Amino acid sequence: MTHRHDRVLRVDALARVEGEGALHIHVRDGKVGEVQLEIYEPPRFFEAFLAGRDYAEAPDITARICGICPVAYQMSACQAMEDAVGITVGGAIGKLRRLLYCGEWISSHALHIYLLHAPDFLGFDGAIDMAARHRDLVERGLRLKKTGNQLMTAVGGRAIHPINVRVGGFYRAPAPSELSALLDPLRQALDDAIATVGWVAGFDFPDFEHDHELLALVREGTYAIEHGVPHTDRGLVFPVSELDHLVLEHQVPHSTALHATLAGRDRYLTGPVARYALSGRWLSPLARQAAAEAGLPAVCRNPFQSIVVRAVELVYAIEEAIALIEAYEPPHPPVVHVDPAAGVGYGATEAPRGTLFHRYDLDDRGVIRSVRIVPPTSQNQASIEDDLLRFVATRLDYDDARLTSVCEQVIRNYDPCISCATHFLTLDIHEGELP
Amino acid sequence: MNTVVIGIGDAYRHDDGVGLIVAKRLRDLRPRAVDFVESDGEPTGLIDAWDGAPLAIVIDAVDAGEGVVPGRIYRLGLHHPALSGGGGPAGSHGVPLGDAVALARALDRMPRRMLLFGVQVADVSQGVGLSPQVEWAAGLVVEEIAELLVTQRWAAR
Repeated sequence: MTHRHDRVLRVDALARVEGEGALHIHVRDGKVGEVQLEIYEPPRFFEAFLAGRDYAEAPDITARICGICPVAYQMSACQAMEDAVGITVGGAIGKLRRLLYCGEWISSHALHIYLLHAPDFLGFDGAIDMAARHRDLVERGLRLKKTGNQLMTAVGGRAIHPINVRVGGFYRAPAPSELSALLDPLRQALDDAIATVGWVAGFDFPDFEHDHELLALVREGTYAIEHGVPHTDRGLVFPVSELDHLVLEHQVPHSTALHATLAGRDRYLTGPVARYALSGRWLSPLARQAAAEAGLPAVCRNPFQSIVVRAVELVYAIEEAIALIEAYEPPHPPVVHVDPAAGVGYGATEAPRGTLFHRYDLDDRGVIRSVRIVPPTSQNQASIEDDLLRFVATRLDYDDARLTSVCEQVIRNYDPCISCATHFLTLDIHEGELP
Repeated sequence: MNTVVIGIGDAYRHDDGVGLIVAKRLRDLRPRAVDFVESDGEPTGLIDAWDGAPLAIVIDAVDAGEGVVPGRIYRLGLHHPALSGGGGPAGSHGVPLGDAVALARALDRMPRRMLLFGVQVADVSQGVGLSPQVEWAAGLVVEEIAELLVTQRWAAR
């Protein structure tokens, strides 16, 4: 007997393309035999597309990989290029980069918490239904997101695909008055973020835990965002230059996204939960207090509580942005001079949804010979499938609609890029023989 | 507040970028009292872009199904069923445009008037540049909107 249930995703007259995921669950003799999450992975096209391009084009081109986290792509690309040509960018330029990145975290986390994830916990089909009942909450989420966008616009030139970022720094440093104009909205956002932590901490979380190895960048003394050294919670520490030896990707038949594992180890998880586990002690006092009041343990292994961790990071990113603006001095010049040189460079930064690795191989004219981009969603794919397998196994008595709903919620715990559409999943449940 | 022209799309997916290309060509004409926004379809950005505008003109790629001639131009008003929620385009990081409209309605953050120009796509595979039929349609849409913007400005005097 085969039951087939298709989620209602109507792509009618105004169809755009891609961005849909599919989940296939095979059940045999009342047990889950296999879970396959199929996702779409844009970076593979971009890797080929970048070959033959000038090194200076990489930040602008890779920003197009994602409309939600373009800064992450730009920052990882810049860092890798600078590594390849042998320069270090820090000081005032580094702080401006961190400020820009804070804008992206604020925007992305607010979007995910309010419009994509919270409706799951409150029993709404999506943000539209939630807005009808809780307009004030949705307005608060939009206000937070807008503040993040304003920050990205002020530093990056615009919120989507910023245009002010270049290898070595920025084309133009914003005037102090441009940034100080954001302090009032940011202070309002800080209040909103603290309220957000309290709100989401009160959600009803399913009793479920994972045992994935957690990977995030770590930078002693601060909460790593724009650079750091990869660490795992099981003691693995490696320089980003070891990426090719330690982060292994392989194809799986059911997905266009590569699965990643750590050499000699297994699947792992990157993202807010990993960052919080590895760097939580370096959050600001206010963010730590918010986490404590929310009841978050030092290591959070319930993936449904990732919404609380994300809210705590929202508090941190806003506080950090305020501090950076209050101490801001425009870098003169806003860029470190770059001379093209042959070499291989590595970059890694913390995108809102996890660690994003870039590797570029340049020739002596600065032309890109090869590229490797390892996005967080593909790194997390095996862990998401493992969560699904174990979560679904104890809920096979649910009808198709309910099972679909909880599966989507499991996936949304990880804020994968494909989940930016509230409903994206087509669920096929096969009962009987595995194909 | 100015009229806002919003181009939606992905420039790296051939015809899916038609909205962005039309908006850019209109911007290059430097019309007065018009704001331009590029969007990947993300709903809160769209709402911020059109909130309170006297007129929002949105240009997006359309796939109206098999048998529709590539380059066919659709003109939809605010009350067209395709913009009534629960449908429309679903990009890699977007929700259906209809959902963005529905959310904006729930929050009372709609423009006073909205016009959507949709262009039927032929090729949405990865890569840059429009297919010939869509390129032809893009030119027509640019002309039509440019004329509309002039008329609009005179009407507002």
